[in-house]
Amino acid sequence: MSTAEPLAATGGPDLLLWVAFPYTCLAVFVVGHVWRYRHDQFGWTSHTSQLLENRWLRWGSPLFHLGAFLVIAGHVVGLAVPASWTEAAGIGEHGYHTTAVWAGSVAGVAMVTGLGMLCARRLLTRRIRLGTDRSDKLLFPLLSATVLLGISATGAHNVFGPGYDYRRTVSVWFRGIFTLQPDPGAISGAPLLFQLHALTACLLFAAWPFTRLVHVWSVPIGYLARPYLVYRRRPTPTAGSAARVRTRQTRPGQRAA
Amino acid sequence: MRVMAQVAMVMNLDKCIGCHTCSVTCKQTWTNRSGVEYAWFNNVETKPGVGYPRRYEDQEQWKGGWTLDRRGRLVLRSGGRVKRLLSLFSNPDLPSIEDYYEPVTYDYDNLVSAPAGTDVPVARPRSVLTGRPTAITWGANWEDGLGGAPEHAGGDPNLTGEWAEKVRFEFEQTFLFHLPRLCEHCLNPACVSACPSGAMYKRVEDGIVLVDQNRCRGWRMCVTACPYKKVYVNHATGKAEKCTFCFPRVEAGQPTVCSETCVGRLRYLGLLLYDADKVGEAAATPDEQSLLDAQRDVFLDPFDPEVIAAAREAGIPEDWLDAARRSPVYALVSKYRVALPLHPEYRTLPMVWYVPPLSPVLDAVTTAGGDQDDPDHVFAAVTRLRIPLEYLAELFTAGDTDVVAGVLMKLTALRSYMRQRTLGEAADEAAIGAAGLTAREAEDLHRLLAVAKYTDRYVVPAAHREDAAALTAVEDRCPVESSGEPAERKVMLGIPTLRRRTPEDPAGGRP
Repeated sequence: MSTAEPLAATGGPDLLLWVAFPYTCLAVFVVGHVWRYRHDQFGWTSHTSQLLENRWLRWGSPLFHLGAFLVIAGHVVGLAVPASWTEAAGIGEHGYHTTAVWAGSVAGVAMVTGLGMLCARRLLTRRIRLGTDRSDKLLFPLLSATVLLGISATGAHNVFGPGYDYRRTVSVWFRGIFTLQPDPGAISGAPLLFQLHALTACLLFAAWPFTRLVHVWSVPIGYLARPYLVYRRRPTPTAGSAARVRTRQTRPGQRAA
Repeated sequence: MRVMAQVAMVMNLDKCIGCHTCSVTCKQTWTNRSGVEYAWFNNVETKPGVGYPRRYEDQEQWKGGWTLDRRGRLVLRSGGRVKRLLSLFSNPDLPSIEDYYEPVTYDYDNLVSAPAGTDVPVARPRSVLTGRPTAITWGANWEDGLGGAPEHAGGDPNLTGEWAEKVRFEFEQTFLFHLPRLCEHCLNPACVSACPSGAMYKRVEDGIVLVDQNRCRGWRMCVTACPYKKVYVNHATGKAEKCTFCFPRVEAGQPTVCSETCVGRLRYLGLLLYDADKVGEAAATPDEQSLLDAQRDVFLDPFDPEVIAAAREAGIPEDWLDAARRSPVYALVSKYRVALPLHPEYRTLPMVWYVPPLSPVLDAVTTAGGDQDDPDHVFAAVTRLRIPLEYLAELFTAGDTDVVAGVLMKLTALRSYMRQRTLGEAADEAAIGAAGLTAREAEDLHRLLAVAKYTDRYVVPAAHREDAAALTAVEDRCPVESSGEPAERKVMLGIPTLRRRTPEDPAGGRP
């Protein structure tokens, strides 16, 4: 590989943080999803709590979700699209920067406000707090940390600070992960807030398949084209089900799970 | 013609005494689990009354069922496909738990563990949702027997117009009856049509509407779309649940639990054959008051050779066709036409029908100083006393009082005729003739409605032998069990161990 030499030249901690750790998280993300989808369709849900609390959710949930869509779109543009491409498209560094700061701020504030409201109702409404399971207790702090670190990084460096061009550093590292040419050196010099944001994001991706975030992949686009009425036949007997019946008859006390 | 069969239900409301046995046995069978404490797949309401959940019949507020757009096309009242996807993040028309009621349990333990003292220990109510002591301020049938009716019953959405004012003022003296409700297993189910995930479906074989627990993603659009509010969110699993029409029992040829345990013997179960090709057209009938006839036209005559041939072609087995001919539901709905659907104007073509109660009219006759047993007095009351009639028409015929009056006349004529026969008096066949019944039919209908033998009430053909392996393969556990219960294995991050797919069951169990 062409990157073997720079990789070898990188220090141990950087290699661990910016190569091993992201790849591990990605692996967990992929394998976790396959495992969860195959084994836990029953748990695969948005886990709505609107029934129990609607006053905060009514505003918090749309704010968070719409904000998140914009934020995700912004990340795609900022991380996946090289600066040379946007420049080739006639968008200069200044134009890009101004747009990113403005749109990003609006989206970020919407997302943070929404997430804040969703966290607040989860903490303050007793009936929701009691219905919060372990995966939520992992997800909400992790998601909050990621979002807060991200918006702080933008705020500290790009809105109120002198401006930091993450497209020459963080984005290069990010693209390197997916092109299998990891470049830990690109991010190791980035400001701490950006680094922490990247690390918590990796953790978030690793946790993703084990939380309610999986409902993202079930966004029901197919509904737009589906016929209204759905008819289904009863499942027909299969060899597998017949075998299970036999098993159950021999061991009546046993639960199949 | 695309013939399909449906296991349908009729309830004879005159016999309902509001004992709630159906609700309780249903709850013990299906919803005595965490997450659905507040849900009653079967509930019994006092009418007039606001119902459960509160004012569910007010579709201006809850947006349930179907409506016609300007071009006369059938659309969900809660909005089209795009609007539905836009309201995924927050459903603006979802009832909150307060619209049902806050479920409670009691400190039973205190009754036996309280230290000896001079005070009698009490079991205080405790919210199931918060675990804290709470005051019970509402329930699934709060105005049972019109209790608190002067305060609450005015909220009944069926009470509109000037005559409703009269009902409101004269409440205690007017009338009351009980209305047992369960999922209608509609021919044109709004819940199925609103489900973004396609998790809800109507079974081809028996018309039962179910939620596939493996495919439900908790988008909760079904709750809004159902005008009867008979789909519930399980707040522990985050998935929708509803009345299953006790499909494991029905498949075995047994009546549903609510039917089996009905002490008033007012429920009837049987097959109806229908033409699936005509469903959409019938549901889009422009005039609301013609929906009843439109739906009756969707049903097929199981004695008609053409229908029988088409049914055979559609793969409906012979014993099912035989059951369809013996079906008490077909007799009450299509032959004698004494059963009516609940709120046909919702355009879902519901499949649980009701024989409207004569008792409100009889009560009115007595109140007016008449003789309940004199059919002339009752006929006069039916035509003159508008209040019960218009109220019943709001419920069962989209406001068409003539249809309700016709059914009540028929029931009165039958009652009077059989009374004369039983007492050995000269039976007046002219009266039942006017009501469209022959002497023989009157006897049959009397046998069905009044004698109501078990085998006459429930004609449920078992699911077919070819499917027997599938039937016995039914999971030996509750299909909607939540996480945590029996902890046989490590539970990772609260993901339930149940209903997972395993190598020997790639389908992950039955819906």
